[in-house]
Amino acid sequence: MSSSPTLERLPLVVRDWLVGWLPESLRWLAGSLLAIVAVIVAFASLFALLTLVERKLLARVQNRPGPNRTGLPFLPFTKNRLFGLGQPLADGIKMLTKEDIVPRTADRVLHFLAPIALLAFAILTLAVIPYGRHLVPLELEAGVLYFFAAGAATELGVFMAGWASRNKYSLLAAMRALAQLISYELPLLLSIVPVVMLAGTLSPGGIVERQGGWSFGLLPQWHVFTPWGVTGFAIFFVTALAESNRSPFDLPEAESELIAGHLTEYSGFKYALFFMAEYFGMCALCGMGVTLFLGGWQAPLPFLAVVPSYVWFVAKLLTLLLAFMWVRATLPRMRIDQLMRLAWKFLVPLALVNLGVAAFWALTADWTGAVRATRWLIAAVLIAGPFVLLGRKLTTGLAPRTYRYAA
Amino acid sequence: MLGSGLLQGLAVTAKNFVGSFHDPARYTTVEYPEQPTKLPEAYRNFPFLVTENATDPMGTLRCVACQICEKECPPQCIYIEKSADKKPDATGKLQLYPKVFDIDTSVCMSCQICVEVCPFDAIKMDQVFAIATTDRFDGLLLKREQLAKSNDYYHSIHPTEAAEVDARLAAERKAAAEKAAAAAAAKAAAAAAQKPASPAVMPPDEPRRSSQSEGGRPPA
Repeated sequence: MSSSPTLERLPLVVRDWLVGWLPESLRWLAGSLLAIVAVIVAFASLFALLTLVERKLLARVQNRPGPNRTGLPFLPFTKNRLFGLGQPLADGIKMLTKEDIVPRTADRVLHFLAPIALLAFAILTLAVIPYGRHLVPLELEAGVLYFFAAGAATELGVFMAGWASRNKYSLLAAMRALAQLISYELPLLLSIVPVVMLAGTLSPGGIVERQGGWSFGLLPQWHVFTPWGVTGFAIFFVTALAESNRSPFDLPEAESELIAGHLTEYSGFKYALFFMAEYFGMCALCGMGVTLFLGGWQAPLPFLAVVPSYVWFVAKLLTLLLAFMWVRATLPRMRIDQLMRLAWKFLVPLALVNLGVAAFWALTADWTGAVRATRWLIAAVLIAGPFVLLGRKLTTGLAPRTYRYAA
Repeated sequence: MLGSGLLQGLAVTAKNFVGSFHDPARYTTVEYPEQPTKLPEAYRNFPFLVTENATDPMGTLRCVACQICEKECPPQCIYIEKSADKKPDATGKLQLYPKVFDIDTSVCMSCQICVEVCPFDAIKMDQVFAIATTDRFDGLLLKREQLAKSNDYYHSIHPTEAAEVDARLAAERKAAAEKAAAAAAAKAAAAAAQKPASPAVMPPDEPRRSSQSEGGRPPA
């Protein structure tokens, strides 16, 4: 059972209808531009919504209501404030009307380009994610490779911002940010190698197709429901937090230690662009996580497949984003040495072990019957053992911390 | 094991998040202008004049225009004019009343000295703090009509203190009534004895000290 083809293809039908007004020679161009506009508009509104949802969620965790005063502008004289739904709009207007300060000694060109570069690379990554069965803005054979290449380029933007500000705090923070982002790039890539290995393709659409179907007609065959998949997803989740500068890895803009890191010398709309790029990056990484591990646009249960595929993708994406916020609401910021230790002494070895487990899983794909349970057991032990050992090793001799000079 | 602490922390925040929707203990925020909070009983600022009857505030002011507070006020923010006629006070005795009683709240420092020196429990500390006006001269100069607030209001803001004051006033009223009755009886007896009325010296009034007046004006 699958959703009706009309509903499934609805966005494409709308696009074709719109493009149909143009002469034949311009249609491919208009179609591409329309896809770009659709992606940017969709994610910009998601960004606006997320800022509000994040503030509300953090507030609820801290026993307060969060922003709830701003109504929508077209309901000006009513008491109905719609849970503060107008807050993102008000924030946007505030950001636009703020003074845009450029330090006198700053490199004006780089200072101006940094937020644009960051945002551009973040938007580029959104192009290859399969949002639905037929909804891929850019179908690339090596889409996963493209995604992580473009994603890694955002580090350039961060360093541009720190360097161009000509501010020692900005530069220090940018270097720290660079150290963090490059360190976590490695476990991030290692965590997705098993997916590529097992799926045998670098195309995101192909990877989602491989995760279709249900074992026993009930359990979805998503990668996260395998021993190597769940480990890979856990590593991916942690490194995605670090790559998108989210708490507890928000050292690049540790406002209590480094003023605001590489954002110190940015104000007004440029600051808003950085913020936007950060959220776009987070959405892109979550989207890739959904694609690689959580079955992409596949429905979780067979009878739920009547719902169009893009609805499932959005639902999973929002769930993952909410999980990011939940982590932010819970964990305090790490120290830079803890951050580095976690990446190099724990995540990278664990990702390498996971690679071995994935290889074992691939080699034993033909085990059936009772031996199948053994396959699960061996894989679980192969993962859990190193996890416990590495976890013990991570803090040995380092905790609890003693303060020699504090009374 | 590594990660168990993280999971515990996540459970705590999840509990707080879900609890904020149904458990008042996990949603302690008060949305102030819409939901005014009850101030603590001990909170006090700016004096007001107590009236016995809310329906006739100007006719039942406890204040007898003795001007002690006016004289004691350190920043001199009180201005009183005595009346020409007299009205019965709380104990039924004929007393003056304030024709004008102004407090300049832009000068008042909420020191409570006026309350401590008042022998008639006529002036008490209020619980107002939202006193912003657009006119800093007339808007902050409070007239006796604005200052007069009922005894019930006093009970609602400082219940313990108000009950104490009421008990004391009731006792005084009773004592005054008994004295009057005794005086009437003595007079009747004297009339019966056909003796010339002796110029009986009035016993001094029971000192009406407020409970907070330690170190204030010595009793008359």
